Amino acid sequence: MVFSPEALARANKIIARYPQGKQKSALLPLLHLAQSEFEGWLSPEVMDYVASLLSIKPIEVYEVATFYSMYNMKPVGKCLLEVCQTSSCWLRGSEEILEHIKNKLNIEVGETSADGMFTLKTVECLGSCGTAPMLQCGADFHENLTVEKVDELIEKLKKKNERSTYLKSLVNS
Amino acid sequence: MAKLTIDGVEVEVADGTTILNAARQIGGELVPPAMCYYSSLKETGGKCRVCLVKVAQGSGKDPRPMPKLVASCRTPVADGMVVQNLTSPEVLEARKGVVEFLLLNHPLDCPICDQAGECDLQNLAYEHGASTTRYEEDRRTFEKIDIGDKIKLHMTRCILCYRCTFVADQLTNNRVHGVLGRGDKSEISTYIQKAVDNDFSGNMIDVCPVGALTDKTFRFKSRVWFTKPMDAHRSCTKCSGKVVLWMKGDDVLRVSARKDQYGEVKEYICNECRFDHKSVGDWTVEGPRHIDRHSVISQNHYEKIDLQKLKKEVERQLEFQKGKPLPESNPLLNS
Amino acid sequence: MGKKLLLEHINEPGIETFDVYRKKGGYASVEKALKTMTPDAVTEEVKRSGLRGRGGAGFPSGMKWSFIDKKSDKPRYLVCNADESEPGTFKDRYLMERLPHLLIEGMITSSFALGAKTSYIYIRGEYMYIVRILERAIDEAYANGFLGKNILGTDYSLDLYVHPGAGAYICGEETALLESLEGKRGNPRLKPPFPAIAGLYASPTVVNNVETIAAVVPIINMSGDEYAKIGVGKSTGTKLISASGHINKPGVYEIELGLPVEEFIFSEEYCGGVWKDRRLKAVVAGGSSVPILPTELILTTAKGEPRLMTYESLSDGGFATGTMLGSGGFIVMDETTDIVKNLYTFARFYHHESCGQCSPCREGTGWMEKILHRLHHGHGKKEDIDVLVDVAKKIEGNTICPLGDAAAWPVASAVRHFRKEFEAAAVEELLV
Repeated sequence: MVFSPEALARANKIIARYPQGKQKSALLPLLHLAQSEFEGWLSPEVMDYVASLLSIKPIEVYEVATFYSMYNMKPVGKCLLEVCQTSSCWLRGSEEILEHIKNKLNIEVGETSADGMFTLKTVECLGSCGTAPMLQCGADFHENLTVEKVDELIEKLKKKNERSTYLKSLVNS
Repeated sequence: MAKLTIDGVEVEVADGTTILNAARQIGGELVPPAMCYYSSLKETGGKCRVCLVKVAQGSGKDPRPMPKLVASCRTPVADGMVVQNLTSPEVLEARKGVVEFLLLNHPLDCPICDQAGECDLQNLAYEHGASTTRYEEDRRTFEKIDIGDKIKLHMTRCILCYRCTFVADQLTNNRVHGVLGRGDKSEISTYIQKAVDNDFSGNMIDVCPVGALTDKTFRFKSRVWFTKPMDAHRSCTKCSGKVVLWMKGDDVLRVSARKDQYGEVKEYICNECRFDHKSVGDWTVEGPRHIDRHSVISQNHYEKIDLQKLKKEVERQLEFQKGKPLPESNPLLNS
Repeated sequence: MGKKLLLEHINEPGIETFDVYRKKGGYASVEKALKTMTPDAVTEEVKRSGLRGRGGAGFPSGMKWSFIDKKSDKPRYLVCNADESEPGTFKDRYLMERLPHLLIEGMITSSFALGAKTSYIYIRGEYMYIVRILERAIDEAYANGFLGKNILGTDYSLDLYVHPGAGAYICGEETALLESLEGKRGNPRLKPPFPAIAGLYASPTVVNNVETIAAVVPIINMSGDEYAKIGVGKSTGTKLISASGHINKPGVYEIELGLPVEEFIFSEEYCGGVWKDRRLKAVVAGGSSVPILPTELILTTAKGEPRLMTYESLSDGGFATGTMLGSGGFIVMDETTDIVKNLYTFARFYHHESCGQCSPCREGTGWMEKILHRLHHGHGKKEDIDVLVDVAKKIEGNTICPLGDAAAWPVASAVRHFRKEFEAAAVEELLV
C-alpha cells in the first residue's frame, strides 16, 4: 500500500506548501490524492498510509476522512454519479433526473450497479444553480440536464469504461 | 483583577478567568451547569451550550450588552461586566431548549444505566428540563461496543462533549479513539476495532458526563446509591493513589477518582488503582466521602436528610409542574 | 447598462490567460500598490471604498483588515474563502473559472496590504476542475514576476497556493475553514480570539471571500473614493448576483448596488422575468440562509417603497417583513412552487451540513428536517408547525457559529409568510 513514484512526488510537493511542522495541513489534498490512487475510496490501510506520510496518528486521519462528504469510506463504482438535490436544482427538475437514473441503472441512492460501473449519490448544492439541474461525475459538471442528456452521458461513460477521477487537476506536475 | 456581578452578586477575579469559573468562586445555585467543559482538561467547553448566560453589560468601559447569549465556560470576564444567569428568563428558556436537544436522541434508559444516580444529564434534566418530550421521531441508535477490556462504550447515550478525547490527548500519548462522522451522525469510535489501552484510559469513564463510557468491572453490580463511597488511598508509583472506593459491605465494587462538587476529577488515577485493587486490604480507608451534588446518592441512606429542605424542594417541584420556571434554588443542593 | 468593475472583460477570448488579461489592463493594481503605495495606504483605500464582505455577512472589509495584529511577531496570512457552498450561490465559481487572474491579482494586492508572505485560496473540493485553472494562472503569475521573490523588483515577496476542501458547507465559516486548512475537521472555533489575532496556525489572519478580494482590484485602480460613488449609501460598488430558479435567464450578473429588485427580476438585461409566463410567488434573495419573502414584500418594503438591491433596503423592516442581501444567491420561485417542499430541501441541507459540535444545531437541524419531511409527505399535524418554529427559535443565537441561525431563519420566515401552506400540508388528525 504505497503511492506510485509520481503520486509520491505530488504528495511531497503538496506537503511543501505548508510551513515546517504544519504538514498536517496537507491532509485533505493527500486524501484526495489517495482516493484517486486507490480505486476511489479510503480503506483503513490507505488512511494509515497517509497518516504515516504526515507523521500523524491514524485516528486523526479517520476523524477527518469521515467528516467530509467527498471521501468515500466504502468501495464505489467506477463512475460516481452525484446528483444535486438542493432547492435551485429541485426547482428545475432534479427529482425527475434522479428517478430516471434510478430506473435506468436499477439502483437506489447509495447503491452500485451490478456491473460495478456506477454508484449513485445525492449531494447538496454544488454551485450549479444557474445551470440546474446538474450532476457531477469525477471533476466534470454535467449541467442543464434533461433525461436525454443523462442517457447520452451514461452511454458515453459505459463505452469509455474507465474509473473517473476528479483529481487529474490537483497540483500541476 | 476584574470586578463583575453575576445575578447581582459581586465577585473579584483574576483577569482571564471565565465567567463560569468566576461563578464557581461565588458558588451556590447561580453557578451555570456544564456538560462539556472540564477545568482540568485544556480546550474543553463551548460545545454543549447548557452554560449559556446573558452578558447584560460587556464591561465598565464598554457597557453595551453582548448581542447573543455566551458560553460562560469559554468567555473571559471583564471589569464591570454584568452577567445574568438564573435572573434572565432568556437564559432559562434557552437552557431548557438545550436540555431538550441533549435528550432528543438520548435513550432515556436510566433504569438500566449504571450512570443513573450520578449522571450529569439526569441532574440537568431534573433541574432544567421539561417533564414530557415533544420529539416524535426515531432516535439515533448505535451498537454498544467494548473499547478495551475494561471500558464499555454505549454510543447511544453519548452527548458528544468530547471530554474523553481530550483525556486521551492530554493524559496519554497515543489517542486511538476520536469523534468520527459529522453532525448528528458523529460518534465516538476507534473506527477500526482497536483497544484503548494505556495506563490512564480509565479516566475516560470518570470524565464522561453520562453513561456512554462505563466501567466494565462494575457493570450491573449495584445501583450506585446502594453503595457507600469511601475516600481511600494507597501508595502508587503512577498516580496519586487517592481514590473513592464504592463499597457494599466489605466488598469494593468500584474504584474511581475523586470528584469535586462540580463532578470534576482533580487528580486523575491510573488503571492499576482503578481496576486491579478491588480488595479493601489494598487501601488505607480515610472515611466516608461527602457527596454534595449527586443528591440521589446522598439522599438514600448515606447522609441524613433534612426533612425541612426536602419539603421545600417538593413544593418547589410542584410549582414547577404547574408550568412555572425554576428560578429558586434547590434547597437540597445547598448543603 | 450598469457599470461592470469585475466582469468587464469576461467575454474576451483568452481572458483566462496571463497575456490577454495583462493586455486588458490586468495587474495594474499590483504595480500601483507595490510601486507607489504603502501597505497602510492600500488598506486606507479599501476602507474609503466602503467595500463590504461579499461572502454573506457584509462586514466592512477595510475595517476587518485593520484588525490584523501588527504587533505579533508571527507571520501574517491572507486566506481566500472560495468554499462557495451557500445554496443558490455560484458567482465565485463563475469568476474563478473565467477570470482566474482577477482573483490572483486581488490576492497579491491584498496580501501586500496585510503584510502576508504566504497566502492560500481555500476552494471547495467539488470545484476541483477550477483548482487546475487557478494553478495554471498562478504558474503564469510566477513566470511573469507577479508572484515569488521580489515582485516587480520590489522588496515584497509572496507565495500563493490553492488548497482544496473536501465537501463541507461549514468550511465557509472562516474559523472552520482555518481548521480545515490545518488538516482538521471543519469545526468552527469559539471566538474570541478572532482570526485577525489568532487565525491560521494561531497567526494573525484575514479571511476574505473571492469576490471581496477581486473587488480590491478596481478599488486600487480607481481609488476608494471613486468606488464609493457607485451604489447607494453604505452599499457601495457592484455586486455579483447569482440568479437561479424559475427565471428565463439564470446566471451571474454584476449589478450596481441600488438596482431595484423589480428591474433585476423582470428586465431583459438581468433575469428576463419569470419563466413559462407564470407569476412570481417568492424569492430567496441572498442564499438559502436568508429569510424567504413573498412577491409583495420582495418588490416593495412594508412602507411601500420599491425594494432595492442593497444591504439596507433588503433588510428594511427587519425579519418581520425584510430579508438580507447575504451572498447574493437570488432564487426565484414561480406560483406553482411548493413552499413546504422547498423548505424541506433547505432543512435537509442544513442537517446534512451541521458539523455536530454544539448541541442545538446538531440535534435541532435533524429535528426540523424530520418534521418537514412528515409535513411534506402528508404525515404532519398542525401542532408540528408550532414545534417547528419553536425548535428554530431554540437554535437561533445559541450556537457556536452562524450555521444555526442560517438553519433557523428560512424556517421561521417560510412559516411567517406562508403559514397557510403549512397548515394545508398538515392533516387535522393523524390517522395511523
